[in-house]
Amino acid sequence: MTAELIFIFLTAAIINNFVFKYFLGICPFLGVSRRVDMAVGMGFAVTFVMTVAGVLTWIVYDLVLTRIGLEFLQYITFILIIAGAVQLVEMYIRKFFPSLYESFGIFLPMITTNCAILGACLFIQKFEYGFVQTLVFSIGAGLGFALAITIMAGIREELDFADVPKPFRGPGITLLTAAILAMAFSGFLIKR
Amino acid sequence: MSEPSLGKQFTNGLWAENPVLVMLIGMCPTLAITNSVANALTMGAATTFVLICSNVVISLLRKQLQPHLRMLVYMLIIATFVTIADYALQAYLFEMSQALGPYVPLIIVNCIILARAEICASKSGPVRSFVDGVGMGLGFTFALTILGVIRELLGMRTVLSYQVLPEAFVPWVIMILPSGAFLTLGLVIGLVTWLKTRKPADSRQNKDLEAAA
Repeated sequence: MTAELIFIFLTAAIINNFVFKYFLGICPFLGVSRRVDMAVGMGFAVTFVMTVAGVLTWIVYDLVLTRIGLEFLQYITFILIIAGAVQLVEMYIRKFFPSLYESFGIFLPMITTNCAILGACLFIQKFEYGFVQTLVFSIGAGLGFALAITIMAGIREELDFADVPKPFRGPGITLLTAAILAMAFSGFLIKR
Repeated sequence: MSEPSLGKQFTNGLWAENPVLVMLIGMCPTLAITNSVANALTMGAATTFVLICSNVVISLLRKQLQPHLRMLVYMLIIATFVTIADYALQAYLFEMSQALGPYVPLIIVNCIILARAEICASKSGPVRSFVDGVGMGLGFTFALTILGVIRELLGMRTVLSYQVLPEAFVPWVIMILPSGAFLTLGLVIGLVTWLKTRKPADSRQNKDLEAAA
């Protein structure tokens, strides 16, 4: 049981990294990866929302929707739960970390439209995880996202000093850097 | 500021404000499902359908919406149409819907749709919103198809499963792997930025040449 959980955690965090394998959460990955401290904050905010949303959607889908035969309402319920969870995190950060709240700006409410969160909830349904697996998977996937965005921010801080051709400044060079990072992460794939 | 003509609103989405190549939104599906042209076209069609429907409905409801609740209403409308698109795909194109997997429901959180709802549909009438939806949807499909063609051609020698390049060409497997998606999109965005910013420099160069002559 423990071995299985460790396996789920590592798979979600590194081997099937949400950014480099499934391309989920690319918007914040490109938008908030300019400074390391903001990237770390964003990573943990996403991890928190992902855990709350993953567990809540599991409860609602498996214990309510399937019992009363309303599976087709899946997407609508999921998006409502995520929007609620984001509101919660927003209020929490505004109260306890006002400076972080200021620097996030528009990107905090935009976690609602972060595909990584909805993606995690959908993957949990697809793999038919139980409650504990759901918890471990959401934390792992969130930390994987935090890892990816932090690495990217570290590289971009250095890139500021590089002489990049003009058309590639900004998103262009960021995507090319991500390509090389994805290549490195695909090295974790297990050969059959 | 007067409103642009309907034709301009339409072409706007195709090139000037192309959602993927210029506005840089809706990146997740762009990267994830462009490993083949067929996937890219299906995704483009599904997104265009949702975009047009949600744009028209939001535009019709725009006077009733309360400002602080509008985002939630947008999300619910979009989620409804995505559910319809998902069930239609499962019914008529089952294999394709398996291949696209969770990326069909992920249209809900595609920033393009929410952005157009906020920028266009919440301020203008249903006809203009419809035209805007068609333009933006086609622009999105266009960008996806370009990426799909490049990646499928170099990664599998084929376009829409028809072999194009000869057997002697060794497929670049990296192009259909995740890393190839980032690489192709980065290069294409760099190219588009270059095309868009090149004009003034060119005319200056021509003037220099004329002056030298």
